[in-house]
Amino acid sequence: MNAMVEKFATLWPEITLLIGAVVCLITGLSPSLQVRKATAWVAAAALVIAGLIVPYMEPTTSVLGLAGMTSFVKMAIACVGLVLLMVTAGVTNNLRQSKASDAARKFEPGNAIRGEFFAFFLISLAGAMLTAGADDLVWLFLALELTSLPTYVMVATSRDNIRAQESAVKYFFLGALSAAMFLYGFTLLYGATGLTDLAGIRTIALEQISLTGDVSPLMLMGLLMSVVGICFKIAAVPMHFYAADVYEGAATPVTAFLAFVPKTAGFAALIILLSVVGWPLDKTPSVGFDGGDALTYLLWGIAVLTMTVGNVLGLLQNNVKRVLAYSSVAHTGYILVGVLAGPALVTQNLVPGPLGDGLAAVLFYLVAYGLATVASFAVLGCLKAQGEEAQTFDDISGLVRKHPALAGIMLVSVLSLLGLPPLAGFVGKIYLFGPAYSHGFVYLVIIALINSAISAAYYLRIASVCFFGKPNEQLQVDTAPARVAGAAVAAIGAIVLGVAGAQLIDSAHDAISPAAGEVTQNAVEATTADAGF
Amino acid sequence: MNTDWLIPLLLVVPILSALVMLVPSPWFDNRRNAWMWSLVSTITTFAISIYALRNFQFAETGMQLTGEIAWVPAFGLTFSYGIDAIALWLVMLTTFLMPIVMLGSLTAINHRFREYYFWLLMLEAAMIGVFVATDIIFFYVCFEFTLVPLYVLIGVFGSTQRLRAAAMFFIYTFAGSMLTLAGVLYVAWYSSRLTGSWSFDIQTLYSAAQAMSPTQQGWVLASLLAGFAVKVPIWPVHTWLPLAHTEAPTAGSVVLAGVLLKLGTYGLLRFALPMCPAAVVTYAPYVGIVAVVGILYTALICWVQKDIKKLIAYSSVSHLGFCVLGLFALDSDNLGGVGSVMYMINHGLSTGALFLCIGMIYERFHTREMALMSGLGRVMPVWGFFMVFFVMASVGLPGLNGFVGEFLTLMSAFVSPSSVLGVEYASFAALGLIFGAIYLLYMTGKVVFGPLKVPAADHGHDAGDGHGHNEVADLNRREIITLTPLAIGCLVLGLLPYPVLESLEAPVEAMAARAKLIAQQQQVQVVDAQPAADVEVAGTELKATLGTTQVSASH
Repeated sequence: MNAMVEKFATLWPEITLLIGAVVCLITGLSPSLQVRKATAWVAAAALVIAGLIVPYMEPTTSVLGLAGMTSFVKMAIACVGLVLLMVTAGVTNNLRQSKASDAARKFEPGNAIRGEFFAFFLISLAGAMLTAGADDLVWLFLALELTSLPTYVMVATSRDNIRAQESAVKYFFLGALSAAMFLYGFTLLYGATGLTDLAGIRTIALEQISLTGDVSPLMLMGLLMSVVGICFKIAAVPMHFYAADVYEGAATPVTAFLAFVPKTAGFAALIILLSVVGWPLDKTPSVGFDGGDALTYLLWGIAVLTMTVGNVLGLLQNNVKRVLAYSSVAHTGYILVGVLAGPALVTQNLVPGPLGDGLAAVLFYLVAYGLATVASFAVLGCLKAQGEEAQTFDDISGLVRKHPALAGIMLVSVLSLLGLPPLAGFVGKIYLFGPAYSHGFVYLVIIALINSAISAAYYLRIASVCFFGKPNEQLQVDTAPARVAGAAVAAIGAIVLGVAGAQLIDSAHDAISPAAGEVTQNAVEATTADAGF
Repeated sequence: MNTDWLIPLLLVVPILSALVMLVPSPWFDNRRNAWMWSLVSTITTFAISIYALRNFQFAETGMQLTGEIAWVPAFGLTFSYGIDAIALWLVMLTTFLMPIVMLGSLTAINHRFREYYFWLLMLEAAMIGVFVATDIIFFYVCFEFTLVPLYVLIGVFGSTQRLRAAAMFFIYTFAGSMLTLAGVLYVAWYSSRLTGSWSFDIQTLYSAAQAMSPTQQGWVLASLLAGFAVKVPIWPVHTWLPLAHTEAPTAGSVVLAGVLLKLGTYGLLRFALPMCPAAVVTYAPYVGIVAVVGILYTALICWVQKDIKKLIAYSSVSHLGFCVLGLFALDSDNLGGVGSVMYMINHGLSTGALFLCIGMIYERFHTREMALMSGLGRVMPVWGFFMVFFVMASVGLPGLNGFVGEFLTLMSAFVSPSSVLGVEYASFAALGLIFGAIYLLYMTGKVVFGPLKVPAADHGHDAGDGHGHNEVADLNRREIITLTPLAIGCLVLGLLPYPVLESLEAPVEAMAARAKLIAQQQQVQVVDAQPAADVEVAGTELKATLGTTQVSASH
């Protein structure tokens, strides 16, 4: 029981967000427009406070050795969340009330503020933070669902458009399917060990490995099912189908939210789950096909398919939102390379320094990717064509003539996503692929780099339409100051992280490196990965 | 006097002056103001590079004016810089060409001046960065970043097919250099295992890469070639170039031919030769074949071109074939390497000037069709003089600069060890010289001489600096000022190449030494028709040498 109390003591950031959510619900329902308008500020205040207290809440004891990651992810969510809040702030302002309700019709449509939107926003962020700190299967499941459930509502209410409802329903059902999958996986893990506590499960797993060289089939099955289920959260093949439709249907600022928050939570969950067996995933490379191989091959295949499918389908789209959706799928593939590589292990005689540490790279890349993606969606969210959201390439044609600053932000963000130096995406890619080499995934790196080359085609198409296209007369720029500022902050972040990202890289490294030693203390048969051709 | 700040200043001046142009002041929207601002900025940069030249100690070997700025210390990444004579001359070429490009741009561009000059200045900074970088990732950053400015320059200011040209240019080169990144990271990782810490310092990577097995070196060479061959471009991956050149605005073409193509050959010299010497020796004959085929094939293509600009574009591919041939000749006196660098500089001057000449024609007549013009020398004698002069420089008339590089590279192919290149390569490449003379002189004969035929002038457009609409105006003062420095440069480098050649010898030797050693050792094996035992001894010696390096590198 004491452990639980100690654990709760580290949850003040989440608690702050939940309190903020409740206050948002209250102010959002106030009859006074002034108070309703303050809702966004309440949410911002909750986020700032949560971000400020994260550094003081680092768990003192860490059963999985991932305490540093927990803090890092919480901090990242608070910071990027603040940018997301700036981007989404205007979403509900111009939203008309549901036509079905008579009572709602009397409600001032033009100036309506929906407090519940911000409440859901904060709850989802709290869920993502809780995921990062999970050390129990039940906790992990609940936290993941807490991240996702509010997003269904956010998608549905974000736009006064039937497409938003459609995509929310699609998102909900597929989300439920995936939840069922990883829940099934969790039950198998429970069945194999009789525990829901992840540290306990890990002890049993490592015991099994030390005795037989492999985990039990039941536990392996549980792990595989969980990984596939979590693929939904990170939008990886084969659970990526929803991404384009849902991203397209949701209001663009909400799409930015979807592209970052559930993905971050998903990767945190994936790392936590895989730490049950620890890295290297395949502990007995000399033995033929065993459980470790199964996990490695599964993740390898998912990574390759995800980046390839994302990039190839991205090439074929005519809708910018769909292009960015597939780009987000492709980036999941790149990040999986880092997950597969895993942390620098003491026993592997790897060269010290962050370039041996795949998990730290994942953390850094999530931030780099998050900023660039949020910036690109935010720019798109500022644009309207024929009274509707700007979506197609024709809609945003010639943006530079209408609003050079937004076009510049778009350029920076797509180039960062492309991985063009010296932007954050480039440093992130070096960070991801260095460890992959160190751990012997040479072909994976080459495939990923070829994929980067493919992605150039569609990222450039966005840039070229904005800069070279004939100005679209129908294009209106809705310069909501908060959203433009949010986009600018994200884009500047992408530049700064590229040119002067040493600080963040160091903290990502520090977040993971103490864990590495702890996890591997029990590693039975560590191997020196040799990647000679 | 402390000169540490010289190299960073070369980068900072263009970047800062570009950023200043982003200030939303209407002052920069004026054609002349924007032009004057960037002209002053590029001339300042040129002055700084002259100062760097004066501070450069030619007697010393190794990198000079070095320094570094921390970037990501945890990765071993730094913005570290320094120049040797190779880099120095190429930086000089860049800073020399940029004011000329600016001078020539005043009337070529009719809209979005601010953007135009902004990207040209950024491009200058990136190109200088490539040459001064001594950290491979810093090099790569600048190498890649050159794509963005040129992409915008072609896409916004190009002619009819500009979108396709811009996209093709970007994707081709980006795809190639992604593979280069894979190779670079591989070398860095290999080096980290030998030395125990991550570093992207070029010198550190040299020793690590040399310790690799020939197979590994082969893969590294392949990955480097993937990026650099596209940039050069070497046949058969040259197809982006004619399109990009034809569609680009004049300034874009001049910079592309003048400096950007050299980034590829510079990369080969700086990285491929010293990093994978064994693989270079093994694969040099194949690269040589590709280079020779490229020289001849594109020369034949030039012959049938109807568009002058396209003709010059293809001639670049053909000419750079000589450059690559020289790099891979590995002859004992470094004729090839030195000649190659010389060729880069000369080609930059003469081809850049040719593109400027054609741009001046295009501004007047809005066409580049050879069939539509003839005998222009009669109405534009000054232009005719410059055109013929630069064609002669390009063809390789002794006394002008083109001759020096061509002679040296061909010579090097002749005297190259027979296991690398040899007489057959040289003879076929020499055939390319003849073709070059034919197509260039044929074009000149048609356009400059012959019966007068003036294309219908575009009346709606005020070409040049306000000359009349119906009569053809010869070059005005600004245009003559633009071309004269280039002509002087061609003449000086043609008559007095020795100071440059001499200064290049030591740094080129430093790059090519290992590859040459291996080539000579192989030569011993091949030429000596000795019993197998001797060959074996030679082989063991070679292995022993390699082994020693490996051991010394690993400790």
